[in-house]
Amino acid sequence: MIEFHKVYKNFGKLEVLKGIDLNIEKGQVVTLIGPSGSGKSTILRCMNLLERPTSGTVIIDGQDITKPKVDIQDVRKNIGMVFQHFNLFPHKTVMENMTYAPIKVNKLSKADAETKALELLKRVGLVEKTDVYPGKLSGGQKQRIAIARALAMEPQIMLFDEPTSALDPEMVKEVLKVIQDLSHTGITMVLVTHEMGFAREVSDRICFIDDGQILEDASPDEFFQHPKTERAQAFLEKVL
Amino acid sequence: MKLDFSSVWQYWPFLYHGALLTLKITLICTVLGFILGTLLSLLKLTKCKPLVWIANFYTSIFRGTPLLVQLCIIHFGIPQLIGITFTTTQSGILTFSLNSAAYVSEILRGGIVGVDKGQYEASMSLGVGYKDMMKDIIFPQAIRSILPGLVNEGISLLKESSILSYIGAVELLRAADQITVLTFRFFEPYLVIALIYYVMVMILTLFANRLERWLNRSDRVS
Repeated sequence: MIEFHKVYKNFGKLEVLKGIDLNIEKGQVVTLIGPSGSGKSTILRCMNLLERPTSGTVIIDGQDITKPKVDIQDVRKNIGMVFQHFNLFPHKTVMENMTYAPIKVNKLSKADAETKALELLKRVGLVEKTDVYPGKLSGGQKQRIAIARALAMEPQIMLFDEPTSALDPEMVKEVLKVIQDLSHTGITMVLVTHEMGFAREVSDRICFIDDGQILEDASPDEFFQHPKTERAQAFLEKVL
Repeated sequence: MKLDFSSVWQYWPFLYHGALLTLKITLICTVLGFILGTLLSLLKLTKCKPLVWIANFYTSIFRGTPLLVQLCIIHFGIPQLIGITFTTTQSGILTFSLNSAAYVSEILRGGIVGVDKGQYEASMSLGVGYKDMMKDIIFPQAIRSILPGLVNEGISLLKESSILSYIGAVELLRAADQITVLTFRFFEPYLVIALIYYVMVMILTLFANRLERWLNRSDRVS
């Protein structure tokens, strides 16, 4: 579903990704773990070309999206993304946030988009917030809306970029619960998170990233119980 | 000291026509300046370096020289160069529009650049195209920080239009000059036009505040 071949990414002189090879199967839940600045988020952002790799190829569902002729909008609408800072549209109500892209991009009728949105809002437990502006919501509520907004596009892949890092501790759980429910639906998911317990519970696979490289790629139990590299051991000692 | 406003009222048509010209020029230049400024700001936001340079150069010229000098070059200088003469009103409109465009383009650019990067990323990740993103997501948020700047620009246009009296356009200030010549009274005519300017600016501000409140309606609920 998602393939990386020798992906490099430089920001000016800084080499952030140093030859990433990765293959994520359809329906897999993969969590990227590693110290800050290791390149986890950059890997995630290369999957929908919010960052364009300096070299190498990224293949989504059989299509090489790094080729110049690719319609990137078309690729992106099938890949939902959830951000650390939610990025809801502050000038639109919750309902308008939910229906804007489905109407604009997927050409849904307003009625269909709203039916779909209500269904998703029910799923994240916020159906009563339809006509509220994001400014009135708590962080946890915002993030649940952001997840629902991404899902409204019916993506095949969901990317989560530190979805709970900007939340107050008491709101982390409600967001993780939504993500966990989602992981049972068979959608392909890639997460970047610092919630180690959650990563272990929800993932099929853990990739440990350090200094722009994937150092370990293992099942959660294997990774957390028997990390192979010294750097992973040192990292886990600090965070667990 | 005795004030005598009756001599001013006697010539009120002067002031009336002067105020009309001031308003007319302000209105036209605000609109033209906004259109031209929008185009300039679009150039500044492209990735094409030469276009950005051209737009930045234009801005620096009009911001880096006095408005009165620009007016003199256009009204007295250009006719000598290409043989076309402008009326004072035409020169005024041309100068103020070109000048205002430079400032407006900076206000717009600043407002658009000031919108959180996350808004672009969220739109892009949802597959929204560049045009829709700018129109529906970025610009409606930029307008909140842009609007106060635009109002200031309108206000300064209104006040600066008084320098058109220098080339002989009979706007408010020139109208007052004429009254002083006819009545030998100075304080009263100038005081009266100061008041007229002030009232016009206040009306503009009041209108802008209303608009701003309306634009910020999504914040008010919180």
